Amino acid sequence: MLSAQDMREAEAHGRSVKAVYVYEAPVRLWHWVNALAITVLAISGWFIASPLPSQPGEASENFLMGYIRFAHFSAGYVLLIGLLGRIYWAFVGNHHARQLFVLPIFNGTWWKEVLFELRWYLFLERDPKKYVGHNPLAQFSMFTLFLTTTLFMIVTGFALYGEGAQEGSWAHTLFTSWVIPLFGQSQDVHTWHHVGLWVFLLFVLLHIYAAIREDIMSRQSLVSTMLSGWRMFKDDKP
Amino acid sequence: MVETFYEVMRRQGITRRSFLKYCSLTAASLGLGPAFVPKIAHAMETKPRTPVLWLHGLECTCCSESFIRSGHPLAKDAVLSMISLDYDDTIMTAAGHQAEAILEEVMTRYKGNYILAVEGNPPLNQEGMSCIIGGKPFIEQLKHVAKDCKAIISWGSCASWGCVQAAKPNPTQATPVHKVIHDKPIIKVPGCPPIAEVMTGVITYMLTFDRLPELDRQGRPKMFYGQRIHDKCYRRPHFDAGQFAEAWDDEGSRKGYCLYKMGCKGPTTYNACSTVRWNGGVSFPIQSGHGCIGCSEDGFWDKGSFYDRVTDIQQFGVESNADRVGGAALGVVGAAVAAHAAVSAIKQSRSKQSDVNDKQG
Repeated sequence: MLSAQDMREAEAHGRSVKAVYVYEAPVRLWHWVNALAITVLAISGWFIASPLPSQPGEASENFLMGYIRFAHFSAGYVLLIGLLGRIYWAFVGNHHARQLFVLPIFNGTWWKEVLFELRWYLFLERDPKKYVGHNPLAQFSMFTLFLTTTLFMIVTGFALYGEGAQEGSWAHTLFTSWVIPLFGQSQDVHTWHHVGLWVFLLFVLLHIYAAIREDIMSRQSLVSTMLSGWRMFKDDKP
Repeated sequence: MVETFYEVMRRQGITRRSFLKYCSLTAASLGLGPAFVPKIAHAMETKPRTPVLWLHGLECTCCSESFIRSGHPLAKDAVLSMISLDYDDTIMTAAGHQAEAILEEVMTRYKGNYILAVEGNPPLNQEGMSCIIGGKPFIEQLKHVAKDCKAIISWGSCASWGCVQAAKPNPTQATPVHKVIHDKPIIKVPGCPPIAEVMTGVITYMLTFDRLPELDRQGRPKMFYGQRIHDKCYRRPHFDAGQFAEAWDDEGSRKGYCLYKMGCKGPTTYNACSTVRWNGGVSFPIQSGHGCIGCSEDGFWDKGSFYDRVTDIQQFGVESNADRVGGAALGVVGAAVAAHAAVSAIKQSRSKQSDVNDKQG
C-alpha cells in the first residue's frame, strides 16, 4: 500500500515505480553513527557495571576504568547530539524523516495495517504488502522500543553523568537535579539505566532480524536502502 | 532574662580562648574562610540562644550517640550548651511530668522561635500505638510541638527517609517527618547515624546566620550532601585505574584497592564521610576496608544487597537483578527469533517452489 504522497510521487515517476528515494543522506549518516554509538555505549556500559579484572601495577600507571568511562560518556554525547540533529531533520527533511517521531494512533487504517503486519509475521498472510517508508508495525516498534528507550537512556544517562560533573554542570542542572529525586536515589537510576541496556539489546536483535528477513521475504529492499537511500521494489504489482 | 550563647558557655566554665577556638573550628568545618570567625563569635556573643526541642520517635538513638561524640575540641560541650537543648528525653535530667512541663513551657515562651529536632519517625498504623511517648502516640506529640516551631531538623535516615523500621513490609507504617508535617521548613540530615560534625555544623550554621543552610531538592544541606562519597574517596585513583578488590581477603583487598566490585555504594551515596570522616576524622567505612552501604540514601534497606554492584530489582515481584532479567528476556526472544527464522525459511522455499510450479503449470 502506498500513502497518498507516495502515490503522487509514483504518478510523477510513471506508473511502474521501481525505486523511491526514501532516506536522505543525513538520515542514513545518523543511522550508522547512531548504531556505532549504541555499540560503544553497550560495551563500555557493560564494563562499567561489571569491570574487567584488576590491572597490575601502580594506580598512577593505569587508567583503564577512566578510559572505559570516557568512551561511554563520549558515545553518550554522540547519541544525544545525533538525536538532536535527527529531530532537526524531521522538520526540514522529507516526510519519511518524520515517521520515527509521530505515531498515527488515531488513524484506524493504520492500526489495521499494524494488525496485517502482525499477521504477516505470524505466517497468517501469504503475501506481504508494499511500503515506501517503515511498515506500520516497524514504525510502532521503532517508536516504542527504540525512540522511548533512547530518550530514557539519554535522560538517565546524563543524570548519572551530572552526578560526576557535579552541581553547576549543564547535565546536573538539566537532568540530575530532577531525575535523582524522581527515582528517590541514585542506585535506582543506575539499576534502570542498566535495564535500558537490555532493552536496547532486544531492539537490536529484533531490528537486525526483521531487516534481513524483510530484505529477503518482502517485496522491497531494506538493508541496501539504509546505505543508498533508495527503496527498490521487486515487482510491479500494486 | 534571655541569655546569649556566649554567656551560657562562660557560665559553663568554658574559657574565652576555648570559645574562640571553637568558633574557628566551626568556621572551618562549615567551609567558611577565616573572616567568618569573628562573625560567628559576634553572633554567639550577642544573639539570644535558640532553644532546641529534641523529640524521639521510632529510632535506635544512634543519632544521639553520634551527636554527643562530636569530635572537635569542646564541640560537644559548646554545642550542647550553645543550642540550649531544653528537651531531649534521652539525655535530660528531668523525667516524667517535670520533663513534659519543660516542653510546654518552651513552646509558649518561644512560640514560633524554637527549633524542633526529630530523631526517629512516627508509626501511623494502629493509630500510632507502636510508639508511645508520655502515654500518647508519638505522632500527636510531633504534630503538637511542630505547630509553633521555626524549623524542623530531621536527624538521621529514620526522620529523613524512614530507614529500617520503614523497610519492606513496614508493618507499623513508620513514616518520615516530611510526609506528616507539611507546613514547616524541614532540613534533612540523613545517615545512620549522621556524622557528628555534620549535625553540629548544621545547627551552628542555623544559629549563626539565623537562616537555613542551602538545601538540595531533597531537602539536605548542600554543604554536606552535595557530593558523593565516590567523588572524594581516597581510593578513587584505584577505581579510575581499574584496580578492584574481588574478595574480602584477596590481594587487592590487602592493597587497599577500590571496593566497587564488592558492592560499595560510594558512587550512589551523598554524604560527607570521605571528607569529614568519623570519630574526629579517624576513619570511615571505606578506609576500614568495607564498602559504603549507602546509609544516608532513601530506602537503602530495600535496594538489594550491600555487596552487589548491580543490585536486585523488586518491582517485578521476584528478586532478580537487571542482568538476570535482561539475559532471560534476550534468551527467550533470541530463541523465538531463531524459530521464526526457521519457519520463514521454510515458507520462503515453499513459495519459491509454488512460484516455479505456477510458471510450469
